[in-house]
Amino acid sequence: MSGTALRLPWWADYILLPLLNLLLALLAAGLVVVATGENPLDAVVTMVNGAFGSGEGIGYTLYYATDMIYTGLAVAVAFHCGLFNIGAEGQAYIAGLGVALVCLYLDFLPFWLVLPLAIAGAALFGAGYAAIPGWLQAKRGSHIVITTIMTNFIAYAAMEYILVNVLIKPGQMSPETRYFAPNAVLPKMDAMFAAIGVDIAATPLNLAFVVALLCIALVWVLIWHTRWGYSLRVVGASPRAAVYAGIAPAGRVIQAMLLSGALAGGVALNEVMGAQGKLLINFPSGYGFTGIAVALMGRNHPLGVLIAAILFGALYQGGAELTFDMPAISPYLVVALQGLVILFTGGLATMLRPALVRALRIGAGAR
Amino acid sequence: MEQLDQIVPLLAATIRVAVPLILAGIAGLFSERSGVVDVGLEGKMLAGAFAAAAVASITGSVWLGLLAAIGVAGVLGILHGFVCITQRGDQVVSGVAVNILISGLTMTLGLAWFEQGGQTPPLPASARFGVVVLPFSETIGQIPGIGRFYTEVLGGQNILVYPTFALVPLAWWVLGSTRFGLRIRAVGESPAAVDTAGISVVRLRYAAVLIAGALCGVAGAYISTAQGAGFVRDMTGGRGFLALAALVLGKWRPWPTLFGCLLFAALDAVAIRLQGVVLPGIGAVPVEFVQTIPYIMTIILLAGFVGRAIPPKASGLPYVKDR
Amino acid sequence: MVASPARQRDATAPAVELRGIDKRFGTVHANRSVDLVVQRGHIHGLIGENGAGKSTLMSILYGFYTADSGDILVGGKEVRIAESRDAIAAGIEMVHQHFMLVDPMTVLENVILGVEGGALLRRHVPKAREELRRISAEYGLNVDPDAVVGDLPVGAQQRVEILKALYRGAEILILDEPTGVLTPQEATDLFRVLAALRAQGKTVILVTHKLREIMAITDRVSVMRAGQMVGHRDTADTSREELGELMIGRKLATRLDKAPANIGAVALEVRGLSVRDIQGVQRVKDVSFAVRAGEIVGIAGVSGNGQTELMEALAGMRRLEAGSVTVGGATVSAEHPAFADRLRKLGMAHVPEDRLRTGLVPAFAARESAILGYQDDPMYSRGPLLDWPGIDRHTQGLMEKYEVKPPISRLRGALFSGGNQQKLIMAREMERDPTVLLVGQPTRGVDIGGIDFIHRRLIAMRDRGKAILLVSVELDEILRLSDRILVMFDGRLVGELLPENADERQLGLLMAGAA
Repeated sequence: MSGTALRLPWWADYILLPLLNLLLALLAAGLVVVATGENPLDAVVTMVNGAFGSGEGIGYTLYYATDMIYTGLAVAVAFHCGLFNIGAEGQAYIAGLGVALVCLYLDFLPFWLVLPLAIAGAALFGAGYAAIPGWLQAKRGSHIVITTIMTNFIAYAAMEYILVNVLIKPGQMSPETRYFAPNAVLPKMDAMFAAIGVDIAATPLNLAFVVALLCIALVWVLIWHTRWGYSLRVVGASPRAAVYAGIAPAGRVIQAMLLSGALAGGVALNEVMGAQGKLLINFPSGYGFTGIAVALMGRNHPLGVLIAAILFGALYQGGAELTFDMPAISPYLVVALQGLVILFTGGLATMLRPALVRALRIGAGAR
Repeated sequence: MEQLDQIVPLLAATIRVAVPLILAGIAGLFSERSGVVDVGLEGKMLAGAFAAAAVASITGSVWLGLLAAIGVAGVLGILHGFVCITQRGDQVVSGVAVNILISGLTMTLGLAWFEQGGQTPPLPASARFGVVVLPFSETIGQIPGIGRFYTEVLGGQNILVYPTFALVPLAWWVLGSTRFGLRIRAVGESPAAVDTAGISVVRLRYAAVLIAGALCGVAGAYISTAQGAGFVRDMTGGRGFLALAALVLGKWRPWPTLFGCLLFAALDAVAIRLQGVVLPGIGAVPVEFVQTIPYIMTIILLAGFVGRAIPPKASGLPYVKDR
Repeated sequence: MVASPARQRDATAPAVELRGIDKRFGTVHANRSVDLVVQRGHIHGLIGENGAGKSTLMSILYGFYTADSGDILVGGKEVRIAESRDAIAAGIEMVHQHFMLVDPMTVLENVILGVEGGALLRRHVPKAREELRRISAEYGLNVDPDAVVGDLPVGAQQRVEILKALYRGAEILILDEPTGVLTPQEATDLFRVLAALRAQGKTVILVTHKLREIMAITDRVSVMRAGQMVGHRDTADTSREELGELMIGRKLATRLDKAPANIGAVALEVRGLSVRDIQGVQRVKDVSFAVRAGEIVGIAGVSGNGQTELMEALAGMRRLEAGSVTVGGATVSAEHPAFADRLRKLGMAHVPEDRLRTGLVPAFAARESAILGYQDDPMYSRGPLLDWPGIDRHTQGLMEKYEVKPPISRLRGALFSGGNQQKLIMAREMERDPTVLLVGQPTRGVDIGGIDFIHRRLIAMRDRGKAILLVSVELDEILRLSDRILVMFDGRLVGELLPENADERQLGLLMAGAA
């Protein structure tokens, strides 16, 4: 077994190696900053300040992080079942329809009824849409990577059609719905704090963030502390062992995609019912793909996803801040960084491992 | 004559739309036939589009732009190869990474270098691929029917269109009739057979990803310096994925892939013309639905409801010599 | 085709000579100073049990592995074979057990792969086709050069492999268990081809475990056992009996101390069972037997004769094609299938032969693998949640009782040694007090101390009145543990004997399908 020759202590595999990979991604991003003619170290200072230096900065950071928690969890849950769900973007988009339908047509109900219904709408629409590639993978063997890419595009077109032709506010040019009634909008965090007499900066951060935190706990319990989650992980880690254990892989594949899609639906909650208060075109704006980077960096663990989401949220917010101070740098730098994180912590995850084994062996020998 | 007025522009548009799809489709074909899955066609094309527009706008030479596009996308191909072949990393993750990286990188560099909102400066006609006027257009153009076809469909296209259509028979010939093609086909199905025959699996696959990169570069250059007149954010607009769909539809073969690309391009051309058209009895044509047909067709084919698309057996799997 | 200096050999020298080949894989000594001389124009048989070291030796000759020490001489000249390319250059070709063919390509394309003769195929293909036709005719290898390989029956695919080798100008052809996938008729055809090769002066090395083949076709035979060469014989001067004895050795001495079996009622009954593998090949053919409480029934046989599929079918991991399995008062059949979870509830436990892919999840902590298959048992849950503290205690208990080291329930499965992984799996399956225990290759890759521990556990279980079905390719193990021995060959049970009467010759003959 060649694996035994390359054995590393657990902290090297789970903490040191991912951190080194992240460092490589950041270094590469630094090179990009250099290419734009700016000083990367100044950029880091500005970004950290922008993300955490003020109440407003923190609010925005967490608001961005909320979307990434949802999509990060969505990708992570699918990963645990051995599935690569590239379709979180489309699932979130379709979930927006579920949320909007509740908020537009059931707004005669009080908020405490609209809220659970909207959550159910987001989850059901997201899950339902993810069930298609899930079912095709489980029953027909269609590769989920390709089918989820395709379902993304179908979602874009379907939502565009629905927004332009059906749900558009009459007498308006841009394809978006009317504003939801106040009782069908998630309260902003500043308003909630104001109600208990605490004054915080006004940001789009809203109740969906709290729901996202609950989802983290929920996923953690489901994946690691239930029989169902256990069977899901067996299927993902070793389909043969699953058959041996009497677990039917096909069923788990579909169920994992249902949960994954439902989680992706959280983006709709945060954006449509929370930040915007209306359904508008292209609201998921790439968070489905950011989820891949977040899940890879968070090593598919809910806590890892939380940390990675906050980090990326900070990068989004800090990146936006950066453009004011350093006009040569754009928020798109953060998108490039996402790609680099996926590249180094995903595709090249084990590149540094042999070197690390050597380094640790030499270190141990010197002692 | 009225029908002709409809059909000629439609055919001409189909060809224009099909070109980048064909280039990217054949790019994916080489990569995937060698056993390396490539969902990063989109990113490589986008990088090519940016490089071509940037270099063409700085140097004023469209050909240097094309060269830069090929170079940049080729390097990305090698990067994908490094991840998938040398490091035996996940091929899909690598492709996704390239797509996202390039989407961000082109905008970052574009904004910093040109300070025009991420776009490259609009290219003058001299820094774009111009329209080719076929010989005797004046004369043949006079002939009713055929004339317009000659000047607007066969002619009236830019210089990249012709080699693109020649690429399909070329790819078909390379795969079917050359040593290199034979080995590419073999390595995507059974790398162990290639290895035991004394041929390097690694070199073959690197060659394939390099070809894929270069062709994506040409596709990108076409989009920004022939079809368009400069780089615009995410201007490839999912064509890389559409090419992937055509590749699945074409079952990883050159001619059927061409057919898939032409079909998707025709749908696109029709959809644009149907925008806002109200058909009697039906009402407004749902253009968005027409646009989803390629994706729905691909899913149906992958599910095996109608026919079956079976990828090369070793695609997606890094080659590990066991025993 | 490609002439190389290595080809210009001394006509009187042996085709191949191996001197003192030694190879270790970690702690396994696969080849111990092995010598082998193969004469030109001979069909030379190489026979031995699974794990005797035949494949390793041939892989060294073909350049898959490099020997730790020893020399290789081809045609009397010393050669260095570091990779397959070197072997090919020396005129050595190998037909692998799993064919190295590209299924969607034609026969001709497969044959010329790697020796295309130029950048453009068209220039060379007519010549290649002609050459192929000539070789086909010369050796009676009938294959349509334009047929797609994947559409051909297995026997024809094998002919393509041989054609490939001959086209490359092979002088020495190694065939690794060539008849394992063939029908008897196809095997007869193959032997005709091998005879034609010999007639043309080619040298053939036939690796097999089937005595019938050795006797039918070879000129000389070498026998390996436990990594060593134990004898060379001219086929004409030996007998099946002698070879069988050389192959198996005298193993009856290592009897384990065990009480006479106290045999009870039938606990597992199998009637007319047939099973197909994923490729649709029938691997288990109309098998019937019963295992009673308090006995260990051992299934002896060379691997690949249907034991794996039999065990998987019994364990609910594979669909039955025909026949039935009765256990715990319920009968399972093709019409009434049962999956592994239901069979466990009926009292069936299973220690699978493929530990790392099936028996546990290498990426999981030991405590997670310790409930694999029993994850739905209320014993491991508290309400809707898994009771990890309880599972921890349970795992700790299993680890102590079965001496799993290190006894850390949170350590990843992959980090335990093979023996300790196996003990953990045994603990999980045996401590549930099943009525029937299926055990596949229980000591494969386990160190000596671990083997003894596992054997004593299995005996203790039998003494508690459990029915145990044991599959092993280690005859030693079968003889030590079994109260009854069934011999499996080519998907069928071909014999039943008692270990005290088991005669190694007879067993060897049965296992080699020669009785």
